[in-house]
Amino acid sequence: MKTPKTSPALLIATRKGAFFLRGDAARRTWKVSAPVFLGHMVHHAVQDPRDPRVLLIAARTGHLGPTVFRSRDFGKTWAEARKPPAFHKAADGKGRVVDHVFWLTPGNPSEPGVWLAGTSPHGLFRSEDGGATWEGVDGFNENPKRDAWCGGDGTPDGPKLHSVIIDPRDPRHLYVGLSSGGVLESTDGGRGWSPLIKGLDVVQGFDAKDQRVHDPHCIRIHPLNPDRLYQQNHCGIYRIDRPSDTWTRVGRAMPQEIGDIGFPMTLHPRDPDTAWVFPMDGTEVWPRTSPGGKPAVYVTKDAGKTWRRQDRGLPRKDAWLTVKRQAMTADAGKPVGLYFGATQGEVWGSRDEGASWTCLARHLPHVYAVEAASLPR
Amino acid sequence: MRVHVPSALRSYTGGKADLEAEAATVRGLLGELDRRYPGFGFRVIDEQGALRPHLRVSVNLELVASLDAPLQKGDEVALIMAFSGG
Repeated sequence: MKTPKTSPALLIATRKGAFFLRGDAARRTWKVSAPVFLGHMVHHAVQDPRDPRVLLIAARTGHLGPTVFRSRDFGKTWAEARKPPAFHKAADGKGRVVDHVFWLTPGNPSEPGVWLAGTSPHGLFRSEDGGATWEGVDGFNENPKRDAWCGGDGTPDGPKLHSVIIDPRDPRHLYVGLSSGGVLESTDGGRGWSPLIKGLDVVQGFDAKDQRVHDPHCIRIHPLNPDRLYQQNHCGIYRIDRPSDTWTRVGRAMPQEIGDIGFPMTLHPRDPDTAWVFPMDGTEVWPRTSPGGKPAVYVTKDAGKTWRRQDRGLPRKDAWLTVKRQAMTADAGKPVGLYFGATQGEVWGSRDEGASWTCLARHLPHVYAVEAASLPR
Repeated sequence: MRVHVPSALRSYTGGKADLEAEAATVRGLLGELDRRYPGFGFRVIDEQGALRPHLRVSVNLELVASLDAPLQKGDEVALIMAFSGG
């Protein structure tokens, strides 16, 4: 099949449907699509880098149960998963129920058709047929230690398994983030898991040795140096360089008046020392809005030793933005394009690695996730 | 019996709002609809066999408490989307 010419695009998942933002080749002008699955709560929309015609969307509605929709033609037509992610039925009917599919991760290039999905409540699922049918990863979902890993239902919008990461060198080497519940690592494709929480702070009054009280918000692995991971946590910004098993709180180098609390984190696709965060207010009642109503992205170019503010083009004041953990991303352009979506429906972009920002779309619904893509114009 | 399908589920029924079907219980009826319209069932009943929290079923204009409620020929069954949100 002839592959059509594509241009930069963003897949925007919102509380009321998905939207595609299509940019010109220079990423200067952007046009928002009509809604896709209007009214559905779309938690994640992801393009398959192994076959860019394939898009997956994790959706549910206020009334109907969770599912996954798949497109094989860049989003022109969609088919629903024949068997969406679901926990095993318990003998007494009191087993866990998937509330929503939260996170979608395409598999390793050596495993075409494989996808992993994280759910709320904490669950990990695998598809081997491009998202048509899903099976639980029992090594996590049914693991006798699960209750020692997973925190309760206190997380707003439900506890989540997120940041499903596959080591690009080895499809059996996985990391996941649990909110709450910390970071887990598997080296056998998900059959067994080990905590990776050393060095992470927890909320005062909790025991940091208790996996359940940890709360990584977003974990990223560097594609060119997969021994390096970064993490935006409920309690700071961290980096780890494997085989070390201890995270370093690199967010301590952030300006004190800004702090190092937030949800998303995104990495430069070619430079393992460069990463961006979107700090939010973590004081008192955890408002999770731009500190002082002055939104800014912060970048490190030395693996977290120093951070620099990037706010040119963003509102100077009176802008109380909240950006969720999946709602900030980078493309592979040169220079890298950066994008984030806010809960009040704005999408912002930078085509110069964060140096300056432009509002690409406004008046969208509450943005849950933003992913870079390439779509036919 | 006649089955009324709410708007949220009509993408499965080809847009049909009213269907004819026969079953001995509400659960059996929903199973029959899932056989006819694959995917319908999981959107309505969770993996543990319970009705999704924001859906209800009425039989002859009365809400039923159990999916095992019996049905008879000529009953009118409606799947109802709960009023919620703001």
